[in-house]
Amino acid sequence: MKSIKETVAKVLFTAAAGVSILAVALICVFLFASGVPAIAEIGPLEFLTGTVWKPGSDIYGILPMILGSIYATLGALVIGVPIGLFCAVYLSRFASPRVKRLLTPGVELLAGIPSVIYGFFGLVVLVPLIRQVFHVQGMSLLAASIILGVMILPTIITVARNSLDAVPESYYEGALALGADHERSVFRVLVPAAGSGIMAGVVLGVGRAIGETMAVVMIAGNQVQIPNSLLDGVRTLTTNIVMEMGYAADLHRDALIATAVVLFVFVLVINLVFAALNARSKK
Amino acid sequence: MEQKTNSAAASKNAAAEAPKKPHRKVSSAILGALVRIAAVATAATLVIIVGYILVMGIPAFNPDLFALEYNSQNVSMLPSLVNTLLAVALTLVIAVPLGVMAAVFLVEYTTRGNKFVKVVRITAETLAGIPSIVYGLFGMLFFVTFLGWGLSLLSGCLTLAIMVLPTIMRTTEEALRAVPDSYREGSFGLGAGRLRTVLSVVLPPAMPGILGGIILSIGRIVGESAALIFTAGTVAAIPGGIFDSVRTMSVHMYVLSCEGLHIDATYATAVVLLIIVVAINALASFAAKRLTKV
Repeated sequence: MKSIKETVAKVLFTAAAGVSILAVALICVFLFASGVPAIAEIGPLEFLTGTVWKPGSDIYGILPMILGSIYATLGALVIGVPIGLFCAVYLSRFASPRVKRLLTPGVELLAGIPSVIYGFFGLVVLVPLIRQVFHVQGMSLLAASIILGVMILPTIITVARNSLDAVPESYYEGALALGADHERSVFRVLVPAAGSGIMAGVVLGVGRAIGETMAVVMIAGNQVQIPNSLLDGVRTLTTNIVMEMGYAADLHRDALIATAVVLFVFVLVINLVFAALNARSKK
Repeated sequence: MEQKTNSAAASKNAAAEAPKKPHRKVSSAILGALVRIAAVATAATLVIIVGYILVMGIPAFNPDLFALEYNSQNVSMLPSLVNTLLAVALTLVIAVPLGVMAAVFLVEYTTRGNKFVKVVRITAETLAGIPSIVYGLFGMLFFVTFLGWGLSLLSGCLTLAIMVLPTIMRTTEEALRAVPDSYREGSFGLGAGRLRTVLSVVLPPAMPGILGGIILSIGRIVGESAALIFTAGTVAAIPGGIFDSVRTMSVHMYVLSCEGLHIDATYATAVVLLIIVVAINALASFAAKRLTKV
C-alpha cells in the first residue's frame, strides 16, 4: 500500500519536472513549424538582409528590425550599464545601512513596474520632451533607448550587487592594508573580482531589452527603416510582431512568426552566454 | 601607467609618499562622486516615474471608473481589475502545483549526474529567458488555434503558467535546499517514507520561500501584456466562463493608451496598477524577512 503511494508520488513529481521540457519542445515545434517554411519560401537571404518590409506586395525583409533591436539594446546599455554598475557599487560598498534599507526596495519596485507603465510614461513625458528639445516628432530610437535603459537598471544593479557582495571580505581588507584607499580598493580589487558576475547581469539586461515589447511599441515610432540618427523612428523585432499579428494572414502571418524565430535564436544565444558567465563566476 | 606607480608607491609606504597623495585623492573623489550620482539618479528615476503617475492619476479618479460594466463613456477599469484577479488565480492554480512538484523532484528525488535533471534545468533556464511576446505567439498558435480554445481566459492563463513556471521552480528549489539534511535524516530515522518526509517535514519550513516565489509570479502576471493580447484578447467584460476572452489591467492600459482618447482614465488605471505592484513588493519583502528567520 505504502509503496504504491510512493511510486505514484514519484511518477507525479517526475511528470511535473517534465513539463518544462514539454513546454520548450512545444514552443520550438510550433514556432519553427510555421516560421522555418516561411523563411524558406521568402529565401533566407532576402528575409534576413532585405531592407523592405511590404506585406501588401509580399516583400519581407527584416534587416531594419534586426538592426532596430540591436541599436535600441545598445542604447539601453549605454544608459543602463554605467548607472547600474555604479549604483550596485554604491549599494554594496558605500551606502549606510539606512540608505540601503530605502534604496534596495526602491530598486525592487523599479523591477516590478509593468512595462506598459514605462511605455506610457515615455509616451506622455519623454516623447513630448524630445519633441520640444530637438523639434522632431519625438517617437524615436532615443526615447526607446532611454526607457529600456531604465528598465534594465534593476536587473543590472541586483545581479552586479549580489556578485560584489559575494567577493570575500579579505580581498578588500588586503587592498586597504596595502595602502589603497576605500574607492581604490573597491574599483581596482572588488569590481574586477566580481567581473563575470557583473557581466552576467549585463547579459541578462541585454535579454530583457531585446525581448521588451509593449514599452517599445508605444514610444519607438515603429517606422520600417534603418535609423540614421538617434532621433529617427525605429521598429524592433518584437514590435514588428505585436503591431501586425492582429490582422496578418497567410505568408504575412508566417513571416511574423519567422520574426519570432529570429528573436528566439537571439535569446538562445544570450542565454548560452549568460549560463557560461554564471558558471565562471561560481568558480 | 600612472596608476601602477601609484599603487606601487602606496604599497611601499603611503605616509612617506606624501606628494603623490593629492592626485590619488582626486581620482578617488571622482569615483566616489560618480557612485553617489548613480545612486541618486536611480532613486530619482523611481521617484519621478511614480510621482508623475500619482500626481496626474489621483485627481482623475471618479466613481464611473469603477462601474460594473465597461463602455466607451465610463471607461470603467473594474472588469479588467476583476479579470486580473481571475487570471492571477487561474494561472497560480495551474503553475504552483506543477512548479512545486517539479522542484521537489529536483531536490528530493534525484541523484547527482542524472541526465533527465540536466535537461530539466536547461529547459527551465531557457523558459526563463524567452521574451513574453514569443510566449504570446506560441499561446496563439497552440492554445488558441491548434487546440481551438480561442482567445480566452484559459488560453491566456496557460500561457502565463508556462511563463512563471521557472520562477516558481527556482524559488521552491532554493527553499527546499535551505532545509537542513538533519530534518530528513530524523524523519527517515523515525521510519517515515520519502513522500511523508517531503510532505510533513521538508515542505513546511520551506513555505516562506515558496510563498516568495508565488508573490514574484503574481507581480509578473499582473504586469504582463504582450503575452496576453494574442491569447486572452481584449474584451473588457467579466467573463462567464474560462473560454471567454478577457482583458487584464495591463492590457486595458495598453489599449487605452493606444486609443489615446481617455488620457485621464489611463493615468487612473496606471495608479491602480502601481498600487497593486507596490503591495506585491511589500508582501514579497515581508515573506523574505520570514524566510531569513527560519
